[in-house]
Amino acid sequence: MNKLMVFGAGIVIFFAIAAILAPVVTPYDPGKIDIDNILTAPSREHILGTDSLGRDLFSRMLYGARVSLLVGLIAVGISAIIGVSLGAIAGYYGGFADVLIMRFVDIMLCFPTFFLILAVIALLEPSIVNIMIIIGATSWMGVARLIRAEILSLKERDFIYAEHAIGAGDFRIITRHLIPNAMAPVLVSITLGVAAAILVESSLSFLGIGVQPPMPSWGNILSEGKSVMGAAWWMMLFPGTAIFITVLGYNLLGEGIREKLLKS
Amino acid sequence: MELVKVNNLRKVFPKHKVTAVDGVSFSVNEGEVVGLVGESGCGKSTLGRSIIRLIHAEEGNVFYKGEDLLKLPRRKMRSMRRHLQMIFQDPYTSLDPRVRIGDILEEVFIIHENFSRGERRRKAEEALETVGLGASYLNRLPSDISGGERQRIGIARALATDPEFIICDEPVSSLDLSVQAQILNLLTDIQKRKNLAYLFISHDLGVIGAICDRVMVMNAGRLVETGTCENIFKDPKHEYTKRLLDAVR
Repeated sequence: MNKLMVFGAGIVIFFAIAAILAPVVTPYDPGKIDIDNILTAPSREHILGTDSLGRDLFSRMLYGARVSLLVGLIAVGISAIIGVSLGAIAGYYGGFADVLIMRFVDIMLCFPTFFLILAVIALLEPSIVNIMIIIGATSWMGVARLIRAEILSLKERDFIYAEHAIGAGDFRIITRHLIPNAMAPVLVSITLGVAAAILVESSLSFLGIGVQPPMPSWGNILSEGKSVMGAAWWMMLFPGTAIFITVLGYNLLGEGIREKLLKS
Repeated sequence: MELVKVNNLRKVFPKHKVTAVDGVSFSVNEGEVVGLVGESGCGKSTLGRSIIRLIHAEEGNVFYKGEDLLKLPRRKMRSMRRHLQMIFQDPYTSLDPRVRIGDILEEVFIIHENFSRGERRRKAEEALETVGLGASYLNRLPSDISGGERQRIGIARALATDPEFIICDEPVSSLDLSVQAQILNLLTDIQKRKNLAYLFISHDLGVIGAICDRVMVMNAGRLVETGTCENIFKDPKHEYTKRLLDAVR
């Protein structure tokens, strides 16, 4: 086992558990305003300090983890569903469907993704659901290419000919036999994709067009911290570090899986 | 009675400019074992696969009980496949590595029958028994069993739909010698018991001689000589057949 991969997996699991257990672990309601304790430094009562409305930063960080991870996972889920379906169709049927889908992939790759997301969010309202969908809808192209390449080689294998020989239909062959055998490299892409999606969500929230307050996310906590940077160092340090470590964790895990696949 | 009749079948691979099957005609009777022999690359496997439409052939007809398979609509062809099955050469690549043996066999019944879950399981067990394996194999993965056992699974899958015609595409050439004999015995036993017709593809004249009624010799996409085993082996007419026989002696 690769040490860095275990380290990455540890980080991923740690934050996942923290997010799941948020209501149990947090000492305060993340939305509870306390005028008497505005911007207090980390102390025994508030281990990560409080923000400009006196809300407990530790509680907000944990609930923010829920939002950030959820956006990351669901956005990647959406991108995987789109990428796997389109890539599988292109690879299996080939011909016109392949040309059409792969040129569409090329076109999508031409857009500077982040600015495309900015433009779309500016038109729609910046809600958490819209953000998941738009991140997912602009990040599936890599998955589609991977799946297509895998299926192009898998479909010439004897066990797929055997499926045709017993009379299996296209849908059964694609969903039961081709996609499961093509998923390994996609797993890497998906893991790395979660890191990228968390970063995009944080960036959007930091710019104020992502997850909207009072719902906490690491990005918008960071954004609030920016305005009180001189007075309250903890408001930027903790969410910034959390984003950094989580993204690092998913990247290490993804790279680790990639290395294991290359060896086998 | 004539079961399968192939008429002037032609398959070209345009990318490589190769005519893999060049106007081949022959027929196979009910319960008959016909050998197809030739060196590797002569188009034997392509011919076998073209007959049951695993590969698209440009020209010709394949009549099964008078019906032209190559002209059937896709949906009809799919249900027709239960009558014409195939056993593949390499048992390591012809089973999906991620699917359990039980599910590989049950899939056949999901596609062709309306059995309940329990019936399917029972039928899968029966299929295992016909190839000399037990129910303990149902939950294993292809990677858990040996090459000979895998080939038995391939045979069980081909037999599951009760076909009348089976294309055996070098079914023993990737197996150990001792296992080869077992699998050949199994194939001949089943053939006799169910009165099946085989198109038995091989490059091994010994194997062909052991189980076939008739032999067809193929070279560069064409059938150069056809006859009973005895005639071909003792009194070859065509130059290529003579060379092929000399190479073994």
